[in-house]
Amino acid sequence: MTVSLPTTGEAPLVVQGRSGGLREVAGRRFLLSLLVRKELRVRYRASVLGLGWSYVKPAVQFGVYFVGLGLVLRQNAIGDYAVYLFGGLVVMTVFGEAVGNATRSVVANADLVRKIYLPRELFPVSSLCVAGVHLGPQLLVLVIGALVAGWSPDPVGLLALLGALVLVGVLALGLGLLLAAVNVLFRDVENVVDLVLMVVVWTSPVLYPWQRVADLLGHGSTLLAIYQSNPLTVAVELVHRGTWAHASPGNAAALPGDLGVRVASSFAIALALLALGQWVFRSLSGRFAQEL
Amino acid sequence: MVAPVSAVELDGISKHFSLRHTHSLKESVVWALQGRARRDEFTALHPVELTIGRGESVALLGRNGSGKSTLLKLVAGVMAPDTGEVRVRGRLAGLLEVGAGFHPDLTGRENVYLNASILGVERARIEERFDDIVAFADIGPFLDTQVRFYSSGMFLRLAFAVAVHTEPDVFLVDEILAVGDEAFRAKCLDRIELLRAQGRTLVVVSHDLPLVERLCDRGVVLDRGHLVADAPIGAAVAAMRVAG
Ligand SMILES: Nc1ncnc2c1ncn2[C@@H]1O[C@H](COP(=O)(O)OP(=O)(O)OP(=O)(O)O)[C@@H](O)[C@H]1O
Ligand SMILES: [Mg+2]
Repeated sequence: MTVSLPTTGEAPLVVQGRSGGLREVAGRRFLLSLLVRKELRVRYRASVLGLGWSYVKPAVQFGVYFVGLGLVLRQNAIGDYAVYLFGGLVVMTVFGEAVGNATRSVVANADLVRKIYLPRELFPVSSLCVAGVHLGPQLLVLVIGALVAGWSPDPVGLLALLGALVLVGVLALGLGLLLAAVNVLFRDVENVVDLVLMVVVWTSPVLYPWQRVADLLGHGSTLLAIYQSNPLTVAVELVHRGTWAHASPGNAAALPGDLGVRVASSFAIALALLALGQWVFRSLSGRFAQEL
Repeated sequence: MVAPVSAVELDGISKHFSLRHTHSLKESVVWALQGRARRDEFTALHPVELTIGRGESVALLGRNGSGKSTLLKLVAGVMAPDTGEVRVRGRLAGLLEVGAGFHPDLTGRENVYLNASILGVERARIEERFDDIVAFADIGPFLDTQVRFYSSGMFLRLAFAVAVHTEPDVFLVDEILAVGDEAFRAKCLDRIELLRAQGRTLVVVSHDLPLVERLCDRGVVLDRGHLVADAPIGAAVAAMRVAG
């Protein structure tokens, strides 16, 4: 076997079937955009309103909370409850959609995976992008709702909001890569994920204030520390800091302290998960075509 | 001949499949408790050494299940080999299965973009080539229909049209010409000969011996995953005929 040296003007020999990972995905943005459009097309097939539904649903949801919980039930443990609740739900919805769909993404695209080469990371990444497309309308509703409730935006708050989105994105991508790869071998994974996503809304202060958990677990306890270092909890609190905290005077004081430290540790966790997810995905991706 | 530039190098590649009997955790656990083997190992391809020079056109021959399609999938990078390495020079396009790279829920038009983009063509170039592709495929009013309603011949037309218009340096074809009608088949063969005349590299899998004699100049014969012959096409085809 002769090893041919690259002569001038020759395309180099490239080793096949060795994925360039997320970096290769970054170089194929047009293909990514086609896959995202495909996903949206399939989702809204034969629907008149199409993507418009992603505006209607959060708007109605917010209205129900505002009227039902704020005006009818008059729950008063948390001021501006609709903004508080909706802000947390935005995080949970986008996380749930991204992770849930990413987990199924490789199996759902079995036809492509089995028959043709393309960087397989594209599938979980496009699930994340689709979740991002659906995030837009929810953010719009959140911002309008918060403004109606009396929100005055501040620079630190906007930064917190942006930080929350990036944190959720990195976290969802890492988990999505990991779960998508394992789901090819064990389809049970997607059901486990659905189950966990159902529970996850209760493990962060979305529906209730964090003080309730502190009272239950004990201030300064290890369990509370674990609860508070959950990156999703941190993301929810960042959104609260971004919008709800400045909706009424006094709200800000109800937020837990030491958010800065926990933001740093959450990003560390999310990035570590991303590295792990990429590694697992890459190690298993050579087997996708034959397992599907 | 001066030292030819290689287009495809197979360096000791082999492929095993584990025939898994189960796809769920529950079944796995039950089987493990019962002490049953969860998988049978099967070697589809024993280590293969093969170098294909640029501009060569090679036929892969062999009986059903001899590993031809597996070999092409390894070359295309669809699957990763268990040992060894495949190296390819330049852009590769493969027609490995009818409808590969097409999404049933998208229209023919959208699939042209998707498929060409998967094959690594930039957007501007696809737009430039779009009319040629459609003209070649000649599927008329079905262009804006979801491809799930296509016949296999129409699939082939569109897939072939996209693949040849991406101007691949290495072109892989796996038996798929069988589903085209006579006229389209003739058109495809003309195209393939044109690619060959342009000095592109071809690897063709087919059971149609007269066809490969016409298209190829070298024949490689596989038998149960072993490479058993590598000769000028005439000799390779003769060997196949004898083996029957
Ligand atoms: N994903 C897979 N899992 C398990 N076994 C496989 C898989 N793909 C192929 N095989 C096995 O590998 C062997 C070689 O298959 P391959 O498709 O390469 O044959 P072939 O030479 O193309 O045959 P044909 O002429 O019928 O197309 C077959 O025995 C097949 O059952
Ligand atoms: Mg075959």
